Amino acid sequence: MTFNELKKNLKKDFTGLKRVKLALLGDSATQFLSLALRAWGYEKGLDADVYEADYNLIYETLMDGNNKLYRGEYEYIIIFQSAEKAADEFYHLPREERPLFAQKRASYMRVLADTVAANNPQAKIIFFNYPEIDDGVFGSFSAKTSYSLLHQIRKLNVLVQDLAQEKGSVFVLDVLSLVNRVGTSNAVSSKWYIVSQNVFQIDFLPAVAKACIDIISAFAGRSNKCIILDLDNTIWGGVIGDDGMDRIQLGDLGIGKAFTQLQVWVKELKQRGVIVAVCSKNDERVAKEVFEKHPDMVLRLEDISLFVANWSNKGDNLKYIQEVLNIGLDSMVFIDDNPFERNLVRSMFPAITVPELPEDPASYLTYLQSLNLFETVSFTDEDLQRTRQYQEESQRAVIRNSSESLEKYLAGLEMEAVVETITPFNLARCAQLTQRSNQFNLTTIRYSEEQLTQFLNDGGKAVCISLKDRFGDYGLISLLLLEKKNDVMEINTWIMSCRVLKRGVEEFAVNEVMKVAAAEGAAAVEGAYVSTAKNSMVKDIYGSMGFEKLGDGKSRREVRCFQPFTTFIRRYDSRRN
Amino acid sequence: MTHEEIRNKIQSIFIDVTENAAIVLNDETTADDIDEWDSLVHIQLIVEMERCFGISFTAEEIGGYGNVGQMADGIAEKMGVVPENRP
Repeated sequence: MTFNELKKNLKKDFTGLKRVKLALLGDSATQFLSLALRAWGYEKGLDADVYEADYNLIYETLMDGNNKLYRGEYEYIIIFQSAEKAADEFYHLPREERPLFAQKRASYMRVLADTVAANNPQAKIIFFNYPEIDDGVFGSFSAKTSYSLLHQIRKLNVLVQDLAQEKGSVFVLDVLSLVNRVGTSNAVSSKWYIVSQNVFQIDFLPAVAKACIDIISAFAGRSNKCIILDLDNTIWGGVIGDDGMDRIQLGDLGIGKAFTQLQVWVKELKQRGVIVAVCSKNDERVAKEVFEKHPDMVLRLEDISLFVANWSNKGDNLKYIQEVLNIGLDSMVFIDDNPFERNLVRSMFPAITVPELPEDPASYLTYLQSLNLFETVSFTDEDLQRTRQYQEESQRAVIRNSSESLEKYLAGLEMEAVVETITPFNLARCAQLTQRSNQFNLTTIRYSEEQLTQFLNDGGKAVCISLKDRFGDYGLISLLLLEKKNDVMEINTWIMSCRVLKRGVEEFAVNEVMKVAAAEGAAAVEGAYVSTAKNSMVKDIYGSMGFEKLGDGKSRREVRCFQPFTTFIRRYDSRRN
Repeated sequence: MTHEEIRNKIQSIFIDVTENAAIVLNDETTADDIDEWDSLVHIQLIVEMERCFGISFTAEEIGGYGNVGQMADGIAEKMGVVPENRP
């Protein structure tokens, strides 16, 4: 998409889109990038309010505590420092200081990050990293001397990564990778830099804006969580039903390698926490046999959370997959080599991402990799467990269908819950829950790890519930944040994973909250429901938990006379091994 | 391609970039005559012209044309066409 094409979005109707507030600071011209951000936001359903700081005043703007930047409650502060300006700075250094250039600049970036954190602890900082500039002074020898610009820029990019790893509020927009993908000559333009202070070519900006909006969408809980694969001619060459196990193309020979590489990639995604499902027009037994027996298969049945192979239409099967996995259609990616199936799915479910595949299977993988389909803003131990959890879910579905009553079913699960506060060990998971949960989320307040720590330091209470049953461990599935205001314990946040809906965890959580309230000497507990496009499932939760409606969207339950709900969950204070 | 054809093409680029269908260009038109034609729009116009005509302006040429007529002449020269009917 060219900039001129993208720009047309600016004239479209943004009403009803989710509002996000971004501040953009740059040391080169940023007007076009600012427009591109708002225009690409539209593509992702975001109404981005972009505040553009004055040209080349990054430090001054951030240091000024009264700047609009801090008064406007900007959630994302995007700092675009160009490699060109870094190079200017490098060339101005006396020779003996050049080996320290990367470290000095990284320290400066740390100061910027700390200043933002001090003035607006809620903000996420997105630093651009630096495209590499080979100035031809040292050639390949750059690698061997710290006096070279290229050497220092590479080092700086590593230090920027270190900064992001260290500081929860700092994220990196990997513009270096974007430049590598299209090539420097298609991304950077010395002509435009000289004429107008624009570092990037104007038609490279849509890619930059997309990468930035990808990060922000992920924060807004709008990332893809599941990849759904067709089988024949998508993850292997040929048609298993016609060609048979020994004739499909897989492995090292010929085009088989392309399919094997695609499978390796999907397996990596699975290990990162992306759910993998199969949706194929095939005989289930025949299709599964490939996963069990073919020596060159990389994906095995244990990698697949849900395997759907039958002769029904793919639309119905996707609906079924969506219901069983209980995730939004807008978090699903559907991969199919067949244009007919792709168009059918697109027309039935516009929310599902359906990449148009190139004609040549050899190009499938590089094309899919170029789309950045699975941006994320966290990576925790829970992500590693996800496939197993969704497989266990299918087993539970079998028991549920065969139990005579809900009580018998729940009792049969032998559920055990661990209740604890936020600890260094679960902090990342708690922050992730606030960032990703959209459905069972009463107030949809997003927290970073730092903000959660701050919440506790300010006297807030946290109730974290982890659950397991005879089929497996769900991990930490519910978080409640409580704040005592006078004699009322307010529920600031109540989040639960939809995987454990209607198992009594809701009642169990209320029991815990009432216990904390009583221990803290509160007379009552109050909670609010803040409506969003996605959380209508919990709009009546307080009513169903015996809370009384107050006028202002809040509900209240007195601590006195509270009789704990009966659940089928045994409670523990810490994890038993 | 005649001078007039080039100018008409430039006009359609102006209309596309500014999203103002009422723009009419003649050889004497300058940035002063068109409200939308500021420095940001100028950059976009140049980029679209480079794409459309398959040419590249030098850094100096980007700000160097005095009016639309000179711009069209510059483009014709770069495309290697001799303007047939330049008045």
